[in-house]
Amino acid sequence: MNLALPALVPALPALGAAAIFATGRRAPGFARPLAVLPVAASAVLALVVALQLGTDQSLDAATRLTPTGGPDILLAIHLDGFSSLISLLVGLVATCVQIYSTAYLKDDPRYPSYAALVSLFTAAMFLVVYSGDLIVLLVGWEIMGICSYFLIGHHWETADARSASLKAFLVTKLGDVPFLFGIFLLGADAGTFRISGVLQAAAEGRLGHPTLIALLLLAGVAGKSAQFPLHTWLPDAMAGPTPVSALIHAATMVAAGIYLVARLLPVFLLSGAALLVLSVMAAVTMVGSALCALAQDDLKRVLAYSTVGQLGYMAGALASGDRDAAVFHLVSHGAFKALLFLTAGVVIHAAHTNSISAMSRMPGLRGRVPDAYWTMGIALVALVGLPPFAGFFSKEAVLTAAEHAATGEALTNGLGPASAVPSAAGWIVLVSGALTALLTAAYATRLWLVAFHSPAGAAAPVTDQANGHAAGAPYSPEIDEADPAQAEPHAMRWPLWVLAVPTMGLGVAGLRPEWLPSLLDGGSLRPSTGTAVVGTGLALAGVLIAYAAWRSATARAAAPGRVPGQAGPPAVEAIPAAEPAVTPVADPGRTLLGPLFGPAQQGFHVDRLYTVLFVRPTTAAAQLVRFLDREVVETYVRGAGNGATLLGWLVRRAQNGNAQTYVSALLAGVVLLAVLVAVGS
Amino acid sequence: MLLATAGPLDPATRSFLSPTGVEVVFLLVGLAVLGSAVITVTTKQLVHAALWLVVSLGGLAIEFLLLTAEFIAWVQVLIYLGSVVVLVLFGLMLTKAPIGRSPDADSGNRWVALGVALAAAGTLVTLVVDAFRTSWVDLGAGGGSTKVTGESLFRHWVLPFEALSVLLLAALVGAIVLSRTRDKRLPRPRAGKLRAGKPVGSNGPAARVTASTTPPQES
Amino acid sequence: MHLVYPAVLAALLFSVGVYGVLARRNVVLVLMSVELMLNAVNLNLVAFDAWLRDSLHAGQALTLFTITVAAAEIGLGLAIVLLVFRTSGTADIDRLTALGDPNEDTAEPETAGASENKAAAV
Repeated sequence: MNLALPALVPALPALGAAAIFATGRRAPGFARPLAVLPVAASAVLALVVALQLGTDQSLDAATRLTPTGGPDILLAIHLDGFSSLISLLVGLVATCVQIYSTAYLKDDPRYPSYAALVSLFTAAMFLVVYSGDLIVLLVGWEIMGICSYFLIGHHWETADARSASLKAFLVTKLGDVPFLFGIFLLGADAGTFRISGVLQAAAEGRLGHPTLIALLLLAGVAGKSAQFPLHTWLPDAMAGPTPVSALIHAATMVAAGIYLVARLLPVFLLSGAALLVLSVMAAVTMVGSALCALAQDDLKRVLAYSTVGQLGYMAGALASGDRDAAVFHLVSHGAFKALLFLTAGVVIHAAHTNSISAMSRMPGLRGRVPDAYWTMGIALVALVGLPPFAGFFSKEAVLTAAEHAATGEALTNGLGPASAVPSAAGWIVLVSGALTALLTAAYATRLWLVAFHSPAGAAAPVTDQANGHAAGAPYSPEIDEADPAQAEPHAMRWPLWVLAVPTMGLGVAGLRPEWLPSLLDGGSLRPSTGTAVVGTGLALAGVLIAYAAWRSATARAAAPGRVPGQAGPPAVEAIPAAEPAVTPVADPGRTLLGPLFGPAQQGFHVDRLYTVLFVRPTTAAAQLVRFLDREVVETYVRGAGNGATLLGWLVRRAQNGNAQTYVSALLAGVVLLAVLVAVGS
Repeated sequence: MLLATAGPLDPATRSFLSPTGVEVVFLLVGLAVLGSAVITVTTKQLVHAALWLVVSLGGLAIEFLLLTAEFIAWVQVLIYLGSVVVLVLFGLMLTKAPIGRSPDADSGNRWVALGVALAAAGTLVTLVVDAFRTSWVDLGAGGGSTKVTGESLFRHWVLPFEALSVLLLAALVGAIVLSRTRDKRLPRPRAGKLRAGKPVGSNGPAARVTASTTPPQES
Repeated sequence: MHLVYPAVLAALLFSVGVYGVLARRNVVLVLMSVELMLNAVNLNLVAFDAWLRDSLHAGQALTLFTITVAAAEIGLGLAIVLLVFRTSGTADIDRLTALGDPNEDTAEPETAGASENKAAAV
């Protein structure tokens, strides 16, 4: 096949980004077509490449980039089913996000730079997906990191965005340093940086330190994919514009870590310890983030914690040795989470607040954004994992893989022996995955009910939108692009339905071996009966529990105040009056979590722990250095200056113009000299 | 060659405990000279200082006589007592020195001056006593008479003598030039402002300009 | 006569003159003190002339010269004093500080350091 096509896929968005950077200031009118068209063209090209490649095939091409003396660095392309699938996902989501952004950031003065960065980010993601060389992959990896930094800090006027962007950058870099060393070690052991060469070396057992390599790589993966110890940046990254959250923090960048592990899974299969670490990491991430999501009030933070948890699912699938399930879940999650974020953007756009409790006090929000209401419902059902939506099949694939790993017959699909996966890893993933299914259902239901179905919102008519956001809602960093009384433009609405299609239908693709699995390693993605029943049952149980908790919380909240059944204009008038006081919002999360609610809302104080462990010592060291510089080093400098000044002051004092003092000094000197001469001789 | 007629350096023959009459007189007059000199530099009354200077310089003339330099003694009386002290008194009057006690006759430098003077005195006296403890002057009469002095002056010192006359002339001319009132622009001091004025240099150029442009009030 | 007597007297007289020069405020009195110092020198010259008895009578001749020069000096000095008095209105020597640094109240080194700090902070 023509190599120019896959080469063009990452090149087009990069060129588009360069063009926007070049013309954005002078001709901002070109920014929109330059942002949308190259990305869309790349998506189409990715589809063409995938179709040309077909199934069960892979393509490798390489040209030497530079002689290094050690292992060569190659400009290599590696195409197979995984890269086709993920490039399609990236292309689709990026196109939708770019189109969505044209409306969402319509009046933003920094739209050109924003669009250019999104394009550059897309190009970097394509590069990561297509690259056949670890060093080139690292280049794309780091470009994504810096683009993420800039995009999170898009609203740099707010302190939240500034600190969030810095935090995201630093935390991911903290993972990237061991990642770099892991790549070096891998290249040194395998003698090449080409992924195919590395995998061949792994198959032949030529890797000397598989556990060390795997653990070093895992650090980078944990940073990029927001797994447990390094996950804290992702919820804070929600300070960025919502489309950025959809693109970067749901579908693509956080998926890069999962994708990398999937590509290098044979290396990880060499080390049972690394898989165990990965499974523990995934389990802690899943359960902890689901608990946190249950307690969050910020809509986007709920989704961010949900993303962290779903990434935990993927990591769990990888720990179980089944990369098909991981990538399957990655794709379906990418679709429905991007959809969730875009609908969240619409809702926030309409409600002018991020807080779901503030949304619950807002009358008629449901009727205000019907598209977002329905598509968010679809996406949440997919997130919960109820059949027949995409999330059900991919999640069940993960649980099935874990079940197989637990029983000692992991679905490695020929990448390694089934015994390479420790059964403990499978059990950990299985138990935590089942628990997370319950929690996920609970928080998704809570989100849905609190945001849209609160008594006030349900009772109120669709009219009276104008003062809907006048309440004391938390400040939303999004700029008021549109009049909230008007419906969202089409560019913000139809990407939702475009993304809703794979959210609903993608799961079916895994049922038949010749559909989706043929693109991948060929393993079965059909859910096993046992896990399907258990998973679905737990999800349903979570939904029901959350609903019951919500009902009781609503009843409690409504009891002292007004009658729940009271409908119509009186309720509308009563609400603004009640708002200055702390309105008891019916939050089932508080009921469900009990004493855990406070810690969960704070992310279990991981940030505070990091503050104590890392930030304070660093600050203290910086203060010490500052003290040493200001007080010690500068004392010498200042002392030199003050010494000269003092000397000059003394000499100046001597020049007082009084001849008598001059003569006194002169004569005293003469006498002194005479005495010295007399005594000395 | 010059030391051919120096006195004997025999230490044993003369004792400090049995002074000669000349020595006693010298000591007494010397005490008077020293005392009046001290009063001269310490008294608060400026005119009295000049008069005590007369006593001191007159006493010195007597000392010159005792040292057999009679011509110099008369010159001392003539020039110092006759002209210099008169000049000094004129100077005091022309600078409108106050009559009577002036409490600020000594400057703030007094204690430093005292220290330096005492140190100088101690050093000098120690060195001089140490050097000339045993020297004896043979006072032959007529060693400094007018005849002898005139002969040496006009035989050996004629050229310096003539040069000195030129020096005096130059000093005369210089004094005239300096004390002549060149033009009327210099402000004349006013009697009431004598000690109330600011130190020179502390007033800026602006003050100087006003001072120079203001026409003198008198004349 | 012992040479010590006139020599010590001259030394003490000279020291008294030194004190007068350094301690007196009025310029005319300073000039008088200078006369005292000159006379101390004269006394020394005469005494050593009597002691050495050289054939040229250098001591006595130089004493005459000194007296002459002193007379010229006091004349010129008083002329200068008069001129200064006319110009500045005072004959006090410690007020004639035109040669000194005009900013008598110079800044302390501490404040100079402080201003340096301010400059550094800016």
